[in-house]
Amino acid sequence: MRYAMAIDTLKCVGCSDCVVACQTENNVPIGYCRDWITETVDGTYPQLEIELRSERCNHCETAPCVRCCPTGASQIVDGGIVIVEHDECIGCGACIESCPYEARYTHPEGYVDKCTFCLHRVKEGLQPACVAACPTKCMYFGDIDDPNSEISHMLKTRKQKTLAPEAGTNPHIFYLI
Amino acid sequence: MKEELIISGRNLPHIDPHLSLWHWPISLYLFLGGLAAGILFFAALVTLFRKEEKYLGAVKYATIIPPIALSVGLLALLYDLTHLWYAWRLYMVIRIESPMSWGAWTLLLVTPISFLWMISYFKEYFPNWKWQQGVWNYASIAIDFINKYKRVMAWILVPSTIILGIYTGILLSAFNARPLWNNSILGPLFLTSGLSTGAAAIIVLSKSHDERRMFSMIDLVLIGIELFLITHMLMGMLAGSQVQLEASELLLGGEFTVAFWVFVIILGLAFPAVLEIFELIGYKVPAVIPALLVLLGGMIFRFIMVDAGQITRYLY
Ligand code: SF4
Ligand code: SF4
Repeated sequence: MRYAMAIDTLKCVGCSDCVVACQTENNVPIGYCRDWITETVDGTYPQLEIELRSERCNHCETAPCVRCCPTGASQIVDGGIVIVEHDECIGCGACIESCPYEARYTHPEGYVDKCTFCLHRVKEGLQPACVAACPTKCMYFGDIDDPNSEISHMLKTRKQKTLAPEAGTNPHIFYLI
Repeated sequence: MKEELIISGRNLPHIDPHLSLWHWPISLYLFLGGLAAGILFFAALVTLFRKEEKYLGAVKYATIIPPIALSVGLLALLYDLTHLWYAWRLYMVIRIESPMSWGAWTLLLVTPISFLWMISYFKEYFPNWKWQQGVWNYASIAIDFINKYKRVMAWILVPSTIILGIYTGILLSAFNARPLWNNSILGPLFLTSGLSTGAAAIIVLSKSHDERRMFSMIDLVLIGIELFLITHMLMGMLAGSQVQLEASELLLGGEFTVAFWVFVIILGLAFPAVLEIFELIGYKVPAVIPALLVLLGGMIFRFIMVDAGQITRYLY
């Protein structure tokens, strides 16, 4: 079992519904977020190309945040989901420094917080809030170890990339391009 | 031609400016940790070679610094924890993969020994105190007891201070997300710098000319090694990938260039080295001046590395 997410950059319109859905679902304090949208424009006028990405923790397979955490608060649970156990976190910031994607932030209550792939929903067989909320249905969440899952199918048939794979993190958010 | 017009959308006022989240407490802690490790290393070595009488500055005077430095460093570290009341969690596990974890354990070993070491000299610090009367008599017995185990402490200190010194660098170099830190030279480099500041502190507090001379010589060698390691570090980065090139750019032309070259390389290493050479070949130079410069340079070095490192990142 290995959960992952594939996000279709060609379908995403950058509406930020995933951001709001996450903030609502996970009670993210105002001014913070666990996922966000980036917009990259490149090319020379008039040949411009725009890429919209909904970004979040990559639930890295070789997660440097887990390696550097001195208490074991940052850990990989079943299905390869990277979480922070709030009661074990001392707020040292080692994991924030070690994440190449800046996916973590210090919660006003002191512990470090980040995307959990909505573990509480996934356990009940639901989709993460962002995936469920997306109006263009551009996100696919599921088990990439299962060759018959929708996400495995998408990854087999579409061109894709991960962010900064050279950081050696083995990210599990795939962008369909 | 490829032109990147906008990379934006990430507009998180409560998050992004704070990702550079390690500030002066961490830099100070790294400096003080290295300094304490340096002093205790030399104190232990002198003790093991049974040269205490000759190098009193190292074993007796300078060793007042480590317990204070480690306590202040530890307070700075605690001050930096945002979930402070859970700090005890640090001592519920040993995670060899996480430098912060084994560093914290090493600190737990070295700090008490540094206090015991200082206490073992209390009778010599205060010879006229009424050590024979009342409760002070017990204190005196306890101090004698500690003194019996001085060599054991020294044996523990030699490896543990090396680990402590190297940890101050490895703590940073373990973060592959920060290309400036992520090079294996940083551990040995911070260790050398820690030993050098330790030697400098001994020079400042020593009362004997011979001892100052000896430690000036040691310091000179350490400065040489340090310059060599810094050169190596920069060379490695210049031969590295794009992110490393950009990281080295910060010290070679970018934002931190002046601070790094003026305060660390010139005033903190090269100039003190020249002064120490002058002194060794017989010119009269107050040994305190190069020593203080080395201490200052060592501290500024930690501040620059901590601040600059956090700017560097992977681009995607
Ligand atoms: S994206 Fe960052 S926080 Fe998420 S698993 Fe990877 S390193 Fe850790
Ligand atoms: S801030 Fe918390 S989760 Fe992050 S490394 Fe420190 S203890 Fe672990």
